Amino acid sequence: MKKLMGLLGSVWDGVITHKLRSFLTMLGIVIGVAAVIILMAVGKGTTQSVVSRISSLGANTLFISPGFTQSSGVRTAFGSASTLTLEDAEAIAVNVSNIQAVAPSSSTSLQAIAGNQNMRATVTGVTPDYEQVYSVKMSEGNFLSADDYNSNARIAVIGSTVATTLFPDSDPLGQQIRGGNYIFTITGVMQASGQSLAGSTDNAIIVPLTTLQLLGGQQLTKNGDHVVRTVGVEETDTKYATRVTNDITSLLLDRHQISDPTKADFQITSVEALLSSVNTITSQLTLLLGAIAAISLLVGGIGVMNIMLVSVLERTREIGIRKALGAKESDIWAQFLIEAAFLTFTGGVIGVILGWGGAFIINKTGLFTTIVTPDVIILAVSVSVGIGLFFGFYPAWNASRLEPIKALRSE
Amino acid sequence: MITLEGITKSYKMGKRDLVVLKGINLQVNKGELVAIMGASGSGKSTLLNIAGCLDRPTTGKYYFEDKEVSHLKSGELASIRGQRIGFIFQTFNLLSRITALANVELGMTYAGGVNRQRAKEALIKVGLGERMHHRPLELSGGEQQRVAIARSIVKNPSLFLADEPTGQLDSKSGEEVMSILLSLHAEQGTTLIIVTHDASVAHRCQRIVHLKDGEIVAEENV
Repeated sequence: MKKLMGLLGSVWDGVITHKLRSFLTMLGIVIGVAAVIILMAVGKGTTQSVVSRISSLGANTLFISPGFTQSSGVRTAFGSASTLTLEDAEAIAVNVSNIQAVAPSSSTSLQAIAGNQNMRATVTGVTPDYEQVYSVKMSEGNFLSADDYNSNARIAVIGSTVATTLFPDSDPLGQQIRGGNYIFTITGVMQASGQSLAGSTDNAIIVPLTTLQLLGGQQLTKNGDHVVRTVGVEETDTKYATRVTNDITSLLLDRHQISDPTKADFQITSVEALLSSVNTITSQLTLLLGAIAAISLLVGGIGVMNIMLVSVLERTREIGIRKALGAKESDIWAQFLIEAAFLTFTGGVIGVILGWGGAFIINKTGLFTTIVTPDVIILAVSVSVGIGLFFGFYPAWNASRLEPIKALRSE
Repeated sequence: MITLEGITKSYKMGKRDLVVLKGINLQVNKGELVAIMGASGSGKSTLLNIAGCLDRPTTGKYYFEDKEVSHLKSGELASIRGQRIGFIFQTFNLLSRITALANVELGMTYAGGVNRQRAKEALIKVGLGERMHHRPLELSGGEQQRVAIARSIVKNPSLFLADEPTGQLDSKSGEEVMSILLSLHAEQGTTLIIVTHDASVAHRCQRIVHLKDGEIVAEENV
């Protein structure tokens, strides 16, 4: 114990006598660690914000959209075909097991008017299941009910932007808006949703799908089926995602009389699958950012080695004196190794503080979401100590091997 | 105390061997006060380094307190240096960036642990009680050499080795240093070997060993 105290005293002397040099040695590590912390924080923050946007829908959700149309060999974009119908959705609800809600929807755009305000809004016709599948949260009133749906009720649930635009000064609940030749009574206002995978509902006026049909806002197929834009499906559990996807695929192929699955006229996107691919991509990106930052740490480590080699050379005589006073090779070795580790540890701690602060400021500017997690901090500090030990090893070994007589004679 | 039998030391200088010591036989008893004299290049410093376990002989046997030590591992030699031997060098060999007190404590670091009280007592003993917080460059040569002596006496070594202890000092400081060394011998019976080319220093010892070209050419009792 006393010996250790003496050793630490020697280390402290060494560091404090060369303040500027010690500081510059540390600087490489400080910058490296700060860079690691900031880049990892940006990576993790971005991952989390993307993932939370996707998973706000619930991981147990999948979406069916229509495929492309092909005329004279020219393919149009996915989702543009009119192949998906309300009747498809009803068939899915009846025939596919392990699902708890099916929500077909169709939209049209029209000018909404209330009092002396008006705006261009998306009118979306939905079934009552929409609330569950799309995780709709109400700020006041109620979402539309089965009765509203069955009775083609002229009611509307509006998004937060619609509410503030059309009713800047009053409570929209119970008031009326006009769209085309129809008048809707507002029965509910939704909470602001922000952007999510399914788009934003802030700009939406949601009405029963049956009502939308009355408005003439819905196409019919040749058979007289009702075309929908999207069918959202909620599984009872994410573990059924693959089975439900397969069941829906074969059901729809059958209904659309398509025998070759590669020619399917619809597309199924599972939130679960999307999440896992997003997670793979972003965690690789985070790793890449970390690796770039690690290079600067490595450069810092080489700087530490360089300085320690110089320091050993400069203190050859001191090493000789210590050896004459009875220092063993291991004492000298430990002294220089601890000195290197002390420098990089201190540099690491300063780097963590700067990196943390930097990540905090970046978060404040709103440029990126940043998340600093304890594991990154522990990793960064232990890696910097490791760098000190690794890059200090050779200089310390050099010092310990000096012959006392030769070391004493050096100037 | 120590016995040297047929000690030789040679260094490789390019292709030739430079022989510095050519078969030294010497015995120093416990509590003895011995001077080693000789011109520069006679091998007296090399002999002192071997006696102080700072260097190993090329051939021959060296018994330190009845134990053959010339083939010990470097760690074991370091232990002997740390616990049993006190060095006084011509150039003092203090660490210039730390205080006199810290230099004395450094002597204890490798010899069982620092004891600040004992370090202060040692400095008071060599007359530096007022100057223990000065750095070496703020001290005179004589004072620096006294710090070096204090650094050795805190360890209570059984053997004191002084290599030209007064070589860089004016006569007054040299006299102070010598009287401290002699009083150590007189009061505590410390075994003391002094390498010198100053006859007046040598004649204050009990025995003078004359060295020339790596051989002992004469011994006289004073």
